[in-house]
Amino acid sequence: MAVAAPAGPASQAARRRRRLPGGRAGYAYVLPFFAVFAAFSVYPWLDTLWVSLHDVRLTTYDQMSWIGLDNYRDLLGNKFFWNAFANTLTIGIISTVPQLCLALGIAHLLNYKLRGRTFFRVAILMPYATSLAAATVIFLELFDPKLGLVNWTLHLAHLPEIDWQGSKWPAQVAVSAIVTWRWTGYNALIYLAGMQAIDSALYEAAAIDGAGRWAQFRYVTVPGLRPTILFTIVVSTIGAAQLFGEPLLYHNGLPDGGTQNQYQTLGLLMYQQGWANDRLGLASATAWSMFLIIVVAVGVNMWLARRRVRRS
Amino acid sequence: MRRSSTSRRLAAVLAAAGLVAVAGCGNSATTNEADQGAGTGPCGTNQKTTVTVGLFGTFGFKEAGLWDAYHKRCPNITIKEDDVEQSADYWTRLKTRLASGSGLDDVQGIEIGFVADVVQNHADQFVNWNKVPNAAADKAEFFDWKWQLASTPDGNTTVGLGTDIGPEAICYRKDLLAKAGLPSDPQTLASKWSTWQDFIDFGKQYEASSAKQAGSHFVDSAASVFSTAVYQGKEAYDDQQGQPDVEHSDGVQNAWKYATEAAQAHITAGLQQFSPSWNKAFSSGAFATLACPTWMMGYIQGQAGDAGSGKWDIAPVLPGGATNWGGSWLGVPNAAQHKAAAIALVEWLSAKEQQVTMWQKGGHFPSNSQAAADPAVANAKSAYFSNAPVGQIFGDIAKKMQIPPIGLYDTQIQQAFTTQLTNVETKGTSPDQAKSDALDAIKQVTG
Repeated sequence: MAVAAPAGPASQAARRRRRLPGGRAGYAYVLPFFAVFAAFSVYPWLDTLWVSLHDVRLTTYDQMSWIGLDNYRDLLGNKFFWNAFANTLTIGIISTVPQLCLALGIAHLLNYKLRGRTFFRVAILMPYATSLAAATVIFLELFDPKLGLVNWTLHLAHLPEIDWQGSKWPAQVAVSAIVTWRWTGYNALIYLAGMQAIDSALYEAAAIDGAGRWAQFRYVTVPGLRPTILFTIVVSTIGAAQLFGEPLLYHNGLPDGGTQNQYQTLGLLMYQQGWANDRLGLASATAWSMFLIIVVAVGVNMWLARRRVRRS
Repeated sequence: MRRSSTSRRLAAVLAAAGLVAVAGCGNSATTNEADQGAGTGPCGTNQKTTVTVGLFGTFGFKEAGLWDAYHKRCPNITIKEDDVEQSADYWTRLKTRLASGSGLDDVQGIEIGFVADVVQNHADQFVNWNKVPNAAADKAEFFDWKWQLASTPDGNTTVGLGTDIGPEAICYRKDLLAKAGLPSDPQTLASKWSTWQDFIDFGKQYEASSAKQAGSHFVDSAASVFSTAVYQGKEAYDDQQGQPDVEHSDGVQNAWKYATEAAQAHITAGLQQFSPSWNKAFSSGAFATLACPTWMMGYIQGQAGDAGSGKWDIAPVLPGGATNWGGSWLGVPNAAQHKAAAIALVEWLSAKEQQVTMWQKGGHFPSNSQAAADPAVANAKSAYFSNAPVGQIFGDIAKKMQIPPIGLYDTQIQQAFTTQLTNVETKGTSPDQAKSDALDAIKQVTG
């Protein structure tokens, strides 16, 4: 292994690399991606921004009228927006936190030598491979207030039955359960991949020092997984902020998130404003507000996670 | 050498084929597409043509065998359906295509939920049936209001020809009423259900009965009462100019009063219409009655299945007066690729004979009044619904119907009200609170 290469040849190599025509060819290789990116991401972003400054409906799309920031002003005082914002936040927390903790625990267990390890590794990914619509239909049956398995079990245990659809918090828990069920295995697999990159010598050394499984997990696994954990936090935060399919299907495809909007997320509200209510300008303003909220949320989460990991 | 000669021969064949193709295009463009009204012959064109038809849900043309029948009549025409399951998704897609002016089908279905929008905002993008000689001549055959709803207020432009309508009566489970010790023959019920107040009072008797099926309720939902009663007003969700106005509507006021009374008297099962639990209730017997436009008969049969045959019946009455729920039109966009062929197809589909077939094969009630008067429709009975004389029941109601003006946001406004009614039924929300919540939601739609 060459540890410190002499300065001369290295800088020569760098110069040679700069002169290579491959440098320009590289742009050609990445061009297709950026062309698609420009057409399907950058252009829609800018167009959405433009539309958000207008009063416009899809049915009269040729009659846009400029209203500046009025749509954003409307959202600031709009109770449906703030309700959806709060719901997105609470459902995000109820679904993401247990999900990532569970995933970490499952990955840790699967990292040991178990009988049928491959089976379990495939099994935990099954929910992720299940279609969202099918999963939600099953959960709707489970949480059915009158005939569902969950209430039937509660009834057997002499506990009060719960209105899993009409009441706010139970409904949010039920929606979060679908999210958690679907994504835990996926995150566990990512953690598992991260764990396998940790040098096993570290575990051996820790074991020799007398560390049990829990201590190994805390002092070897978690610090070693830092970048992986950050990645899953970012991805889960974005996913939670954009939550859409589960709450939509949970109310039979209606975008209101329950009869009192008790689990309407920002994604659903945007869809309702744009497609059900035909107010594209307002929906676009919601879309951009969501984007800003996601940027802030991801930033805060990364800062928190970095600080925690660094401290530990 | 050999290779090149082969490719040259191929090129010659291709060129010849191209010429034929070009000639074909030129021909159709000059003789058929330009003359949009009459076209060439009864099929609109003599060329081999594929006509695309954009529909939602189940229009039932194919199921009734009409595509096959048309292909026999016009062997050069092939029909291709372009279906979307939900009418709301269909309408979003149609709006996108109208805005961009591309991707439109040759024939587009138009539902009562968005016909007002098509008339107000897109009339110039559709073939005007008043200018199509055959269709204009048949105008008198259609129910007057059906033609009006698809026309601009001045009556000059008409965007679609009517397919079906939805005159309403009350469908009921006669076994459940009998079990509760109440009358269950249609004539007695018709006399007992002439107003909403009578209907609700009857429902209270049902709920009070100790013999009724455990857990069952009189009517499926407060929405059943509301969405029917609202269209019995002089105005429903819009003023006479078709602008949204729920605050001054007599229809909304009455409908809200009766629907909340029904909800608070607990005579409703509190189910959201078209939700899975509502669907299940058709077979479990969680409710005894519901407001029943003609197309609901097919829906009931689909949900209750063979086991429900003979248990259901139809009372020849609609509390509060005759009105309509649902129905569609067919329009031809001006940007359609095969306009003449499309016009010929729509004229044929909306003609009397085909509307009779649609009733016989699919239970779609004719919007053509002559088809409704045809003995094949008027004398029809339904074995599933205890041999109810459905042709006569719905025919009588169709003749008496009064239709208030409709507007751009009726669907969303109705959704807002019925959602809040569910809260009154299931969560005990006060009617005043529910109404103010509904008005807030409506404000989000109307802007």
